[in-house]
Formats: sequence, C-alpha cells, structure tokens
Amino acid sequence: MNAEGFASIAALVKARSGIVLTPDKEYMLETRLTPILKAEKIADLDGLALRLRDPRAESLARAVTEALTTNESSFFRDGKPFDHLRRIVPKMLAARPAGHKLRVWSAACSTGQEAYSVAMVLSELGVRHAEIFGTDLSRDVVERAREGVFTQFEVQRGLPVQMMVKYFRQEAARWRAVPELRAMTRFEERNLLSDHRMLGRFDIVFCRNVLIYFDPPTKGRVLNALAAQLAGDGVMYLGGAETVLGLTDRLGALPGERGVYAPAALRAGAA
Amino acid sequence: MSDPNTVLCVDDSRVVRKAARRILERHGFSVREAENGLAALEACRAEMPRLVMLDWNMPVMDGMEFLVALRAEFGPREPLVMLCTTESEFDRIVLALGNGANEYIMKPFDDGIVTGKLVQLGLLEEAEP
Repeated sequence: MNAEGFASIAALVKARSGIVLTPDKEYMLETRLTPILKAEKIADLDGLALRLRDPRAESLARAVTEALTTNESSFFRDGKPFDHLRRIVPKMLAARPAGHKLRVWSAACSTGQEAYSVAMVLSELGVRHAEIFGTDLSRDVVERAREGVFTQFEVQRGLPVQMMVKYFRQEAARWRAVPELRAMTRFEERNLLSDHRMLGRFDIVFCRNVLIYFDPPTKGRVLNALAAQLAGDGVMYLGGAETVLGLTDRLGALPGERGVYAPAALRAGAA
Repeated sequence: MSDPNTVLCVDDSRVVRKAARRILERHGFSVREAENGLAALEACRAEMPRLVMLDWNMPVMDGMEFLVALRAEFGPREPLVMLCTTESEFDRIVLALGNGANEYIMKPFDDGIVTGKLVQLGLLEEAEP
C-alpha cells in the first residue's frame, strides 16, 4: 500500500482509540484487515483508505478500528481456571438450594471473551440458570462485549472450532455469540475502585491480569472489595502471575491449584 | 503408528508453506511439505504424520477430496487434520468437520492462532503465563 493510505488509516485508528500504528505495523494491517476487504469487496488497502475518507463510512471506520486494536484477550485464556470451573460448579450447585441462580463476575471483562467462555462452560454442564456479569472501565469494550460480536481473528484465539460452530453464528466477516450465551451474560461499565456492595453476592469472581496495573495498596483495596462480594464457599480466579500475599488476608490460595483463591475463613475452617 | 513429531503441511503456495514451517519448527515439529492433495496422500502412505495442516483450494486434488480419501483409506483416528484456508463460510467449516477435520483455521493466520490450535489438539502444552 502507499504511504498516504497507511497514514490515513493510522490517523483514523489513533483518533478513535489512541493507539499509535507505526509504519512497521503495515503487515498487521494486511493480516487484520483482509477479512474486511473480502466482506466489503474492496480490492486492496489503498482502496479501503479511500473509502474511509467518506464521512458516511462510520460502520466501516469502526470495524477497521476494532480489527486493529484487538487486545490480547482470548477465549479460555490460560485453560486451567476453566478446568477448575468445570469441576467446582457441580459441587457448588449441589451445596445450594434448588433454583439457585449461579452468579459469576468477570471483572475487567474487556471485550467479553472470558464471560462468554464461562457461559460456554456452564452451557456444556447443562447449567442455564446463571448470570455472568461482565464489567469494564471502558465503555467501548463493554458495548462490544454486550453485542457479543468478534472478528474472525478474535474468534479463532483460544476457541476450539467445534465450540465456535456450536456457539457462534457468522455475520459477514464477523462472528456473533448465539442468543443462548448472550441471555446468560450482562455487561456494565464499572470502575473496579468503586463501591460494589449493591451488586450483591457472587459465587465466582474472575479478576485476571488486571491487578498488575495497580500499586500494592490499590491491589489490596480491590481484592478486599471483591472478596466482600464473594460467597463464603465461593472462588476467585486471579492471573497466573498474580498473588494475594501481603495484599489481603481475606483470601487465600486453594492448595494444589494455580490462581484459585477462596475466602480465608473457609480455608481456616476446612484446614 | 504416526511419528508424534511430524507435520505435513499441504498448500499450493510455497510462501504459506514456508510461513507455517517457520511456526511449526519453532515448536520442535519436523515438517514435510506437499503442494496438493494427491502429493499429500502419497506422503501419508509413505509415512504417516501426526498432523496434516491442510489448505482447501489447490490444483490436482483439493483439500476436501484429500480429507475424504484419507479418512476412507486410514480411518477416522489418524492423522489429525487441521484445515488452514481462506474458506471461512460457516457451512464450509461444518462440511470439513463432518468429513473428519479436527481443527480449522481461517486464513490469514498468525503464530498465536496456530499455537493455540496446536494446544487444543493436544500437540503442545499451554505456555505458562
């Protein structure tokens, strides 16, 4: 593509997302935008740059920005928490009254891959009566999560193809989660540092790879606030490199598991 | 018995075969190449690979014809077959799975997608974060 075409797509993405595309990222434009070119029947990237000059090309501009700002989120990221989830949910439900609605919080849910992965696990277990509550600071990603629409690139990351054809339907160059999954999920814009008490109690909380962005006092505050919403026999999943040590005494690691934490009182009682 | 460490990469584009080879060799696989379905079938008869990474649209014998012939001759279990193609229609994916494909990559692919699929196929351990 020519330098002018690259510069105009890069300027568009920067204006809409703040993300800077340097000229060495041209390969990424080719990789990520090819499905859009195909769907829109545009010959090449220069043709796309030209089309984007039209102020009416809003949905195209949005699609291009999304394709180029894909974060590292993937389905079933670090498989182990989901293996643990498969094992713990039946036990948890057995310990609750019939008709209990299982509540799962995906904190810092980004574009929803984690929440939809949880929904697929529950669906495979035959659990329909559940609410998966995804929250994120960014309004844009929350809207995307709520739509349940993923690019061809995103839908292939971490998602086995059998699950993809079972739980997603194709819409042009993108893939949308089936209504069954979307009915189990709810997404809301929310700051992790705010007061969560009105959210009620959760059986399971995922808060992975987000604490790394906070200083230790803030980590402790967030962990305490999340722990306060967790059921006494609930579990919390943190990222593989994250810990609660020295940050909170309300949570402790479950022995023999990586990244799985439970309220400290229960562990003391169980020990 | 198939060699647990070999991948047969089938694509009529030398560029794509080379890109795939680079990713696969980095994970310690030994890679053989074929440029169409017929050559791939002969390669499987000579020595069964653990995984066939398979393009769909190729001259002489396309990927689907190869897949059907492969499963008819050698049964459903081995080798593992992962489509890697620009065919991205829902119905085409379902057809490939019905014909015995184990995984499916819609081109364009990158290292992350290929590596993730190899993990799902049980050919690689998931990397520690």
